[in-house]
Amino acid sequence: MSVGTPRGLASSGQKPIAEILHPLSAAEEPLSVTVNLGGDKEAGLTNGTPVETSSPASTSSLFNRLQLDDDLEADVRDPYAETTETRDLFVTVSDPKKHVSTMETYITYRVSTKTTRVEFDLPEYCVWRRYQDFDWLRTKLEDSQPTHLIPPLPEKFVMKGVVDRFSEEFVETRMKALDKFLKRIADHPVLSFNPHLNAFLTAKDLNKRQGLALLTKVGESVKYVAGGYKLRARPAEFCAMGEYLDTFNQKLGTIDRIAQRILKEQSEYLTELREYGTVYSSWVGLEDELRRPLEGVAGCVTTCCGALEDLGENMSQDFLPVLREYVLYVESMKNVLRKRDQSQAEYEARLEAAILRKQEDRSPMPVEVEKCQDKVECFNADLKADWERWQSNKRQDFKQLLTGMADKNINHYEKCQAAWESLITLLQDKQTEDKTSETN
Amino acid sequence: PSIHLSIYLSIYLMTQMSCRDLFSEAVNDTGSTLVRRMEICVAEAEKRSGKNAVNMQETFTVYLIETRPMDAVAEGRNPAPDSLWRRYSEFELLRNYLLVTYPYIVVPPLPEKRAEFVWHKLSADNMDPDFVERRRIGLENFLLRVASHPVLSNDKILHHFLTEHGWKEVVYETGFQAKADSRIRALSATFRVRNPDKRFMEMKHYSDQLQSHTSQLLRARARVADRLYGVYKVHGNYGRVFSEWSAIEKEMGDGLQSAGHHMDAYAASIDDILEEEEHYADQLKEYLFYAEALRAVCRKHELTQFELEMASQDLISKKQQHEELATGIVRTFSFKGMTNKLFGQEAPEQREARIKLLEELIAEGEDTVKEKTVECEEHVERAWVDMQRFKEQKDKDLREALINYAVMQISMCKKGIQMWSNAKECFLKM
Repeated sequence: MSVGTPRGLASSGQKPIAEILHPLSAAEEPLSVTVNLGGDKEAGLTNGTPVETSSPASTSSLFNRLQLDDDLEADVRDPYAETTETRDLFVTVSDPKKHVSTMETYITYRVSTKTTRVEFDLPEYCVWRRYQDFDWLRTKLEDSQPTHLIPPLPEKFVMKGVVDRFSEEFVETRMKALDKFLKRIADHPVLSFNPHLNAFLTAKDLNKRQGLALLTKVGESVKYVAGGYKLRARPAEFCAMGEYLDTFNQKLGTIDRIAQRILKEQSEYLTELREYGTVYSSWVGLEDELRRPLEGVAGCVTTCCGALEDLGENMSQDFLPVLREYVLYVESMKNVLRKRDQSQAEYEARLEAAILRKQEDRSPMPVEVEKCQDKVECFNADLKADWERWQSNKRQDFKQLLTGMADKNINHYEKCQAAWESLITLLQDKQTEDKTSETN
Repeated sequence: PSIHLSIYLSIYLMTQMSCRDLFSEAVNDTGSTLVRRMEICVAEAEKRSGKNAVNMQETFTVYLIETRPMDAVAEGRNPAPDSLWRRYSEFELLRNYLLVTYPYIVVPPLPEKRAEFVWHKLSADNMDPDFVERRRIGLENFLLRVASHPVLSNDKILHHFLTEHGWKEVVYETGFQAKADSRIRALSATFRVRNPDKRFMEMKHYSDQLQSHTSQLLRARARVADRLYGVYKVHGNYGRVFSEWSAIEKEMGDGLQSAGHHMDAYAASIDDILEEEEHYADQLKEYLFYAEALRAVCRKHELTQFELEMASQDLISKKQQHEELATGIVRTFSFKGMTNKLFGQEAPEQREARIKLLEELIAEGEDTVKEKTVECEEHVERAWVDMQRFKEQKDKDLREALINYAVMQISMCKKGIQMWSNAKECFLKM
């Protein structure tokens, strides 16, 4: 952990952009932050001060404590983790439970938090949340942090009758996605300090009307006048981002289609394979000497059918949802890019207007214009940093996803191979058995 | 292409060796079979064109039969083989001759005339090189089976077929076509025979079942092959999309691109896998057709038994007629008896003549019954021996076929693991 020059988070401060180094721009630097929230105007964050002076638990003892914790294992492998020593907020979603009431039936999930941060009164929390609550949190984050990329949630609507919302597989898949959602936010150096997140993680009853005031204040600058301002020239890097997202989205769609097609083909293959196995079984009754080999082949075919079923399940439960998540992610990112464009357009328009007025009556540059400029530059900086972060996470995610797909396929073939090999051993043993009994 | 060649070669050698192994173990208490004295193979296939019987141009395939005396091979001399070209129709002619001449033998079948049980990709065209190649192997298998059969291998016509250019004249001279049983007679026998040998009836039932199971299996296998082909080929699409995707990536690009190549290789690998599996299908087809040959032997028994029963029946009725005429006692109704009653008996000379005629017929009839009895018994005896031989051969062959099928499946799994492991390595480098 290096102790560098005190840096503030650009998006929450009022400092001119030139003096601020974005903490995310040096991605490898581990972050250890102490936060003073709650009315502090100069909400500058200092980097590098060891946590022990102001938090209930020191970093090292936190680390030690967490070593014994099972959750740590999972998080260590988490591609979103920066380094274990510096993370001080751990969130997990688990334990889905069904609630049945006269009005409705729904699932709640346990959200467990372990943290050393000062903004949290306790080091551990355990609350129960349903999907609606996650959705609320995301909306709040989007509204209060419009310059950042907010991770996506799993799909909200499922067609009743088509998908069983209460089946084990569906709930399991959804829970994993919700877990990922929270982990991504918890690992984000800005989003993780959002008060709505705090409320989400700690409040016994989530009062969803909370933060309404915040909404109206920030909403103004974001709720943009459509057709009000036109963008003169988008910086090249943001153009590149937009193009990348468009192409990437296309490829994601193609991969999704291919994966679904494979599932379909495999399912049809499975149907034929099952039938094929029964033909061998039905032949058994006709023969005496051939009984064993025929039964053996029928057995192997059945084993292969089972292995194929598992493969299909894995693909639809683990592979497809992640692809779809990224499609949603891309959509929300494109929205953020649009908002950035709008913010730039507003600034340019106001600047033009101000310049004209200045020429007329020599008044100084209005504060609003400067504010706008800051806004744009903060937005750009946040976005760039988040982009890098997103790219890195995306690489990890897809590496994991595709490697997982390869593993599942390898595993499938291994199971089949083992079955056929044991059949051969069985039949060859029988053969030597027969030969020796013949010669005797 | 070179990979194809080496696969064909190895399968050719495999079938050669497995055939040889089978044949060298062939029971031959009737002396050494032809295959021990002569090396036989169907070495090549060629396209020819010529004018057919109705003077129309046609294209057909001929197969090269090569033979060499076994002792020359054993002594290490390497004389050039004798060879001649034969068409599929000539093989059919040989087989038909054998069927008629040895009705108590389960005659080995030919490879199929037209491609059946195809899955979609496989060409049903008789001119398709893969089909021709598998037919070549099948024809060789047929010759080896016949040449190693304790009875069939001694046939002179077989020898002519293998070595003489003018074999057709010789086979027609045997007049075998006239000896063929009419289908109608055979069918009628099936329905009207009274006391067929129980074992033969069981064997006939077995042959029906065998035919049913092998054809079901062949059909199901073809459907499975078709579907499996689809699964593999769709994976090829990953190759293209990974390549396109890699173009917009920086660090991930290389890993994605090379993984894509492995996906292409995976998709392509199914072609060879399924081509090899066709040989398993061919082994099943051989026994599908063998079932037919087995049934033919059982039918022949029904026919001979029926003819014996008819001859016996005829003899009994003639004897009864004789008795009536001799003693004057009418036991059974007869038209002659009726007319006698109505119009008076015939003259003693006429009666004597008729009695004499009947006695001759009875003598003939007794000879016929003796002949038929011998024919029937011989057929039963010899057929039973060959059916036992067939059963042992079938058990051994099908067992090996199933084991080979398992071996093929293992090979397919290993290839799959290899491909996906290669892709995984590329993903890890992303």
